[in-house]
Amino acid sequence: MKSIKFLIISLLIFLLAPIKSYSLIEVDITRGNLNPLPVAVSPLSIDETSKKSFEGLLKKKDIGAEISSIVENNLKTSGLFNPLSKDAFLQAPDIANLKPRFEDWNLIKAQALITGKVTNVEDKLRVEFRLWDVLAGKEMMALAFTTVPTNWRRVGHIISDKVYERLTGEKGYFDTRIIYVAEEGPKTKRIKKLAIMDQDGANNKFLTLGNELVLTPRFNPNSQMVTYLSYFRNLPRVYLLDIETGMQEVVGDFPGMTFAPRFSPDGKKIIMSFAKDGNSDIYTMDLENRIVEKITNHPSIDTSPSYSPDGKLICFNSDRSGYQQIYVMRSDGSNVKRISFGRGIYGTPVWSPRGDLIAFTKLHKGKFYIGVMRIDGSGERLLTENFYQEAPSWSPNGRVLIFYRETKTNDQGEGFSAKLWSIDLTGYNERMVKTPTDGSDPSWSSLLNN
Amino acid sequence: MNRSIIVSSVLHIFVIILTAMSLPFLAKKPIDLPPIVSVELIQITEKTNIPFAPKAKKIIEEIKEKEKKLVSEQAPPKKVKKKKPDSVPMPEDNVKKVEKIKDDKQNPEKIDNEVKQVSEFEKEELFDPNNIAALIDKSKEEVAVEVNKTDQVTQDQVKNFENSGLSLSEEDALKAQIFGCWSIPLGLPYNENLLVRIKLELKPDGSVVKSEILDHARMNRPGQGFYKVLAESALRAVKLCQPLRVPSTGYERWKELQLNFDAREMLEG
Repeated sequence: MKSIKFLIISLLIFLLAPIKSYSLIEVDITRGNLNPLPVAVSPLSIDETSKKSFEGLLKKKDIGAEISSIVENNLKTSGLFNPLSKDAFLQAPDIANLKPRFEDWNLIKAQALITGKVTNVEDKLRVEFRLWDVLAGKEMMALAFTTVPTNWRRVGHIISDKVYERLTGEKGYFDTRIIYVAEEGPKTKRIKKLAIMDQDGANNKFLTLGNELVLTPRFNPNSQMVTYLSYFRNLPRVYLLDIETGMQEVVGDFPGMTFAPRFSPDGKKIIMSFAKDGNSDIYTMDLENRIVEKITNHPSIDTSPSYSPDGKLICFNSDRSGYQQIYVMRSDGSNVKRISFGRGIYGTPVWSPRGDLIAFTKLHKGKFYIGVMRIDGSGERLLTENFYQEAPSWSPNGRVLIFYRETKTNDQGEGFSAKLWSIDLTGYNERMVKTPTDGSDPSWSSLLNN
Repeated sequence: MNRSIIVSSVLHIFVIILTAMSLPFLAKKPIDLPPIVSVELIQITEKTNIPFAPKAKKIIEEIKEKEKKLVSEQAPPKKVKKKKPDSVPMPEDNVKKVEKIKDDKQNPEKIDNEVKQVSEFEKEELFDPNNIAALIDKSKEEVAVEVNKTDQVTQDQVKNFENSGLSLSEEDALKAQIFGCWSIPLGLPYNENLLVRIKLELKPDGSVVKSEILDHARMNRPGQGFYKVLAESALRAVKLCQPLRVPSTGYERWKELQLNFDAREMLEG
């Protein structure tokens, strides 16, 4: 009997209890701001003995401050972060690295804080750094590197990449290099050399002497190998260059006009266009057995091929519709589809490493645009407009494009210049990349520490 | 034996009755009410209902009397011809107008299939003076559509009334505040599920006592590394925004609040 009573009571409670409680209020937040995140980059602390030893080795007064300024500069140029002025910092670098006083950093509106320490360990540079979430008051990441002291700039770039990845959710692009054609001299008699530099413009190095004309250097997406086109006795040759070893080899001499060799995503093939019997088509060359295969077969001019990251598709230029437009096909040349339908002429399509977009150059009414579209041709966005600009190349994370821009000459033929520029996908963060000479045809490497 | 059968049947009947009462499809059909229009009532009597001073009362009465006299001295009002009821604009007229405009817009002859406008840079060049009328018509249509919208209560709003317990303006104030605080990480893959649900426990002044990510386990799943970045950004937004702009009354209703952060719309657009 008792158990029945208990059953009835518990049943009543079970059935009636929810009636009195409030349902949980839900509010949907579907918008936010895209303002740069305020970040405080505290100088990396360094003890006096290490400071003196590195000063002798690297001729830098305070290597900790130098590394942190590289991090600060990288984050700033990305356009996604707003590094705060160091004058406003209240806490000393060494104490901040141990335990930051979050109230102080909160006061200057920092949402993230980077601290660190540099030490000399058996004549090697040891750098540890920490990323803090100021609002949550907790450590988000802590890493340490040991390397030869001359690598100090790369340490700054690696830290930047780690911070970028942790705060944005995608890989960074700072520990990378850019290969480009360095140009000097008057427009009619230009000397063109192959040059390489860090993505921030530091450590510029010339790879060729400038005796021969060099064109369209392109990085292998997987390694530090470069393919480029050079004219030898007025004949175009495709070269392979290993940047680490400096070894160079000729892939082949090709008859007629040859354009823009580019690696396949696995680095085993080179895809390019060249003219045979007066007709430009797209060909691939297997780097192991040197077998050349014709991919397109059309009486129109097909140029500028670029593989999708999975290697299954190829985008290219063709004038088969009457005007130069962008087309996409399977990697065996089947299923050719036109994807660009806007006004003007489209050229130099490049598939994003993320696979979602294709960057291109567009010429319309005498002006050049750099833009992006989805792989089906929808959502075309023109990012920048100028008198002359072309040849976009993607950063390894698919967020930034580097290209070159030329200026008009005056009536006397003076004032001509060609400079490298970068722009991010928002179209707002446009910057000139500093080079010691003029530059054109840039190509962005993959991450060095992959 | 009989006793237990009786007890069992009583219990069964009790459960059936309770179920019948609570199941929605068994309930009577609701009366077909006109759609609810959200009206917020604000008490302003405290500010406007000022007690009359005796002197002021006298003056007002005098003015009233004067007005009475003036009315009586005036000539009788003119007889105004009554308008036919037909001349009164009917709501159907407006509807017809909108439909007509729609027809104009969808005239297939005017659409150029060959050239598509693809970017903001081309806007200027694609401007066609012949299309001015169409542009004006479009703006009219937009107004008309907006009017229709306000007349009806959307499903979302109905849900709001029933479940949220926050009025539209209260919810809007809270949303607007958090929109300003949430820095969306730009690197998130926009073809993934970018929804983070955060449950908050609030103090009466809107400051946060406790915040909890509801899908916490998702953080550690393979290939969901971006979710951690997104969740942290949402938590930062809550912390940056506090005290939250919550209603001054009804603490019991909103002391627990769930915020659904969805970055997809922003990143796709």
